[in-house]
Amino acid sequence: MPTEVLTGAPSATGAAVEPRAVTGWRASWRRPVVRLAVLGAVVVALVTLYLLTDVPGSLAFALRIRSLTVAAMLVVATAVGVSTVVFHTITQNRILTPSIMGFDAFYLLISTVVVFTLGSTSFLRLDPLVLWLVQVVVMLAFSVLLFTWLFGGRRRSIHLMLLVGIVLGTFFRSFTEWMQRMLDPIDFQVLSDAMFASLTRPDPLLLTLTALLVAAGCIALLPLLRTLDVLTLGAPAAIGLGVSHRRVVMALFGVVSLMVAASTALVGPILFFGLIVANLAYSWAGTFRHAWTLPTAVGLGMVCLLGGQLVLERALGFGGTLSTVIELAGGLFFLVLVLRKGAR
Amino acid sequence: MIALENVTKRYGSTTVVDDVSLTFGGEGVAALIGPNGAGKSTLFSLVGRLLTADGGRVLVDGRDVTTAPSRELATTLAVLRQDNHVGARLTVGDLVEFGRFPHCGGRLTATDRDHVERAIDYLGLEPFRGRFLDELSGGQRQRAFIAMVLAQDTRYVLLDEPLNNLDLRHMTDMMKLLRRMADELDKRVIVVLHDINFAATYADRIVAMRDGRVVADAPAREVMTAEVLRSVYDAAVDVREIDGRPVALYYS
Repeated sequence: MPTEVLTGAPSATGAAVEPRAVTGWRASWRRPVVRLAVLGAVVVALVTLYLLTDVPGSLAFALRIRSLTVAAMLVVATAVGVSTVVFHTITQNRILTPSIMGFDAFYLLISTVVVFTLGSTSFLRLDPLVLWLVQVVVMLAFSVLLFTWLFGGRRRSIHLMLLVGIVLGTFFRSFTEWMQRMLDPIDFQVLSDAMFASLTRPDPLLLTLTALLVAAGCIALLPLLRTLDVLTLGAPAAIGLGVSHRRVVMALFGVVSLMVAASTALVGPILFFGLIVANLAYSWAGTFRHAWTLPTAVGLGMVCLLGGQLVLERALGFGGTLSTVIELAGGLFFLVLVLRKGAR
Repeated sequence: MIALENVTKRYGSTTVVDDVSLTFGGEGVAALIGPNGAGKSTLFSLVGRLLTADGGRVLVDGRDVTTAPSRELATTLAVLRQDNHVGARLTVGDLVEFGRFPHCGGRLTATDRDHVERAIDYLGLEPFRGRFLDELSGGQRQRAFIAMVLAQDTRYVLLDEPLNNLDLRHMTDMMKLLRRMADELDKRVIVVLHDINFAATYADRIVAMRDGRVVADAPAREVMTAEVLRSVYDAAVDVREIDGRPVALYYS
């Protein structure tokens, strides 16, 4: 076969970049499976460290309490990591998170409305299951409505949808603030507790329900892993390769909404965490394939949450401030990403 | 056979493709020419199901592109657009493997790997196989995308301005390659071109569009006349015969 037509004279750079022979641990370190295994080992080590060290009283009691926290972390790390990576692929943009659609704002709005109308005593006496259900259903309904309105119609624009999401999020936030100003100080105190994500001591029933929803989301994604890979080429190329783009993106967005809604209703709003985890996952996995980036994002999420909790709680002696620290780090990371993108 | 039947597309009140009826598939290489805004890319998008027509229909081997299963269409029709920006870091090998997605859904069999090998070999991309797309020159990247289309192994290949950003030698190489795809691999290549001399030299048939309508559709040689080209581009074009081939001189 005459192949010289286009190869005629290989460019100087082409000849220089012969695949270098890499052997030994360097070569295996490049393989995603090895990297994921190392990450898994780190997670297991951190879990063991968290569960078994620094036990003040009965080990059985400590294990019961702490394993709940670890389970909550796993659920949140999965929901946030997976949803963010999938969201990045759908939107072809790596500095967004699903919360940009106003999930957190909506969560705060619902909590504020409940405290505003019922008062903090009723809010505290409210069955957490009822509140969780209301939060999940309302957040899911909101995102599905927004999505079918802006993406299901003829316009089909992801960017328009994001823009409307941001505008609505800002509106909800302002409305929430306005209501919070009119609360009496005690009600506000109770509400501000709900404003920051808390991973410690989750309600076991809610944790189970959230875990089930998140697991269902993950299972729904399994057959779509390779289609997700094709979507990294962008919508036109994916359509050219036979992906029913609109149907697939609708399904993916549904899964993302479900995961984010469930985990936000469980622990509270988390804004930037997914951003750190997803972007670290892309460089750690070293491949664009979702079969590797998705579990890597979950593993890195566990490392961030567990490592952060260990450092804050055991080394520094602060309790319950993990989410604040992660949001701060995530916010800074977001700025770095934006500035770096702008410079290029 | 790709058949367009009275296809119309409007953006708001502007009609970009106006009642076009065409068939492709008889000849190896067909060139689509015309001034900017003539509706060439829109026509491609309509065939490639990126847009839906406001009137008429597009049939590929007798099946309507809007209703036929997308995966199946992708095994007979490949479309390469002008701008192929990929955000993620992919290697040339990864990209070419994507061409097999319509056939295997991403799980490559021995046959699929064979197609990938042949496509890489056909475009002389073996030395760049492990390189990331953003480390390639414009010409190399263009070839990588053509290799993906080739691995897709479709009868019809639609290419929107594949000569964009290529230098003289690579332009000629690209046209020779398209010619070979038609002659050796029995593909039907339909290509949007701006340089009419390339169209005249390498295409069997030239379809000229202007203002959303087909204004000329004939064997290459018949389109290469001063009158036809003037009516297409609304500019004075001198056509001379050099070594028995018509050459358009539009440098004035």
